[in-house]
Amino acid sequence: MIVAEQKPIDEIKGYLQDCRNVLVLGCGTCVTVCLAGGEREAATLASILRLGGKQQAKELTIERQCDAEFFEPVKAVAEKCDAILSLACGIGVQMCARLFPEKQVYPALNTKFMGTNEAAGQWAENCLACGDCKLGLFGGICPVTRCSKSLANGPCGGSEDGKCEVDPDNIECGWQLIHDRLKALGKLADLNAITAPRDWSKTHSGGPRKLLREDVAGLE
Amino acid sequence: MKLENINFPPEADPPRAEKSGSNLEKVFGAGAFAVTAELGPPKSADLEVIKTKVAQLKGAVDAANLTDNQTAIVRVSSIAAAKLIFDMGVEPIIQMTCRDRNRLAMQADILGAYLLGIRNMVCLSGDHQCFGNHPTARNVFDLDSLQLIQMVKNMRDNKVFACGEPIKNTAKAVPKEPRMFIGAAANPFADPFEFRVTRLEKKINAGADFVQTQCIFDMDRFKRWMELVRARGLHQRCKILAGLTPLKSVGMAKYMRDSVAGIKMPDHYVRRLEKSADPKVEGINICVEQIHELRNIEGVAGIHLMAIEWESKVAEIVQKAGLMPRPVVQNL
Repeated sequence: MIVAEQKPIDEIKGYLQDCRNVLVLGCGTCVTVCLAGGEREAATLASILRLGGKQQAKELTIERQCDAEFFEPVKAVAEKCDAILSLACGIGVQMCARLFPEKQVYPALNTKFMGTNEAAGQWAENCLACGDCKLGLFGGICPVTRCSKSLANGPCGGSEDGKCEVDPDNIECGWQLIHDRLKALGKLADLNAITAPRDWSKTHSGGPRKLLREDVAGLE
Repeated sequence: MKLENINFPPEADPPRAEKSGSNLEKVFGAGAFAVTAELGPPKSADLEVIKTKVAQLKGAVDAANLTDNQTAIVRVSSIAAAKLIFDMGVEPIIQMTCRDRNRLAMQADILGAYLLGIRNMVCLSGDHQCFGNHPTARNVFDLDSLQLIQMVKNMRDNKVFACGEPIKNTAKAVPKEPRMFIGAAANPFADPFEFRVTRLEKKINAGADFVQTQCIFDMDRFKRWMELVRARGLHQRCKILAGLTPLKSVGMAKYMRDSVAGIKMPDHYVRRLEKSADPKVEGINICVEQIHELRNIEGVAGIHLMAIEWESKVAEIVQKAGLMPRPVVQNL
């Protein structure tokens, strides 16, 4: 899922200082699961804004802000407000701005990464959407994401006791994990091959990416 | 600097029996026990710092490494500093990290460095920017150190860029390729231990002609690593320079023991410095003893002295280790 966390309240209030009627718009998918921007968080944030006395905040939550079709139920309220405070990830905020071109739209969250839920209140980054997945070569552990330097051919000299020198208390060495897993699978020799330079044009380095599935598009 | 003092690179290509024609390559070729040292470029546009360090190293080393924004702290560029020390009579080894440059910038700099007379380079991943003075910077890591080694070798031996295009200006032109003696780093003290030898083998397969190791304090672990290296015959395919850092103080030894990932500092060195009346002298004694021990390890082809902001002691260490004078190897 996409993991996000709420911005400092002062930053949010700063955006809204000249706005009276604010639609606080939650999103029912990823940010609900990571407890950052769902129905409950939207209600809390709207209450905080109302208590501040400067805004009349109305909270609503839709299933997904990354898809235009889910916005229909909030359109009437959105048309009447001065600003929309979106509790979606950056994708949802941009969809709001696209669908309501005459409204001010502000983000309530910082979108952090794509990752897993590790434990209560803990999430970890696991995918950079590089567009050319090589997990099949590395025992299902991504060196692009899990190595702080995205190295492709083994651990750097800063790997000690399974930890990454960038933050030994919090970051595991991704290459130690890859090594241990392939060893357990009897496939350690797979790492003897030199991994060729990556084609970064498949990442954002190639420009904003789009996907056209003609088979799906043709069904409409 | 006057124009007549500038040491222009030789016009002719080196004999093809040699890969690069560098002095370091010749020293290895002559079978001598090589000595290299690190020369950290200054953190300001201060030429005097470089002149002082050159005076300290000249005649004591076969070549000197110019670090590339070491520990992610901005310094004079390794290539600019290399050109300066080359003109002052010390053979340079440029270090190049993958942290700050993509493959375009790397290849442009390799071409330029070659034209400036630089014939040795060490290919490194690079310390993460979080350790330096610009922790909010974006890193690059377009290539990793292995892929960089492979690219430099392909430029030299296959005369092609990373994209596969020949290194020439027109279709009919003869390729003019940069010919570097290719170095790499090896860290026997990081984990996973046995994979460290595999990683060295990968670097040799990619094209490394020599490696310089992380500084050695845990000699037992280094010897175990060398056993694994010899078991695979890697010492016969690549020159191994054992890395050494002379200890200046008890505090430095403790810092390296407690706070630097990838360095193993045995307690006995810390205790020895603590008991010493003059830890600086004792630090040099330790380093000289280490050199004598390393010379007796099969497969160690030389030493690489990383005297951190202590280049003034390199000549003394080399002298006390019985490694002076340095060989003068003539072209055939």
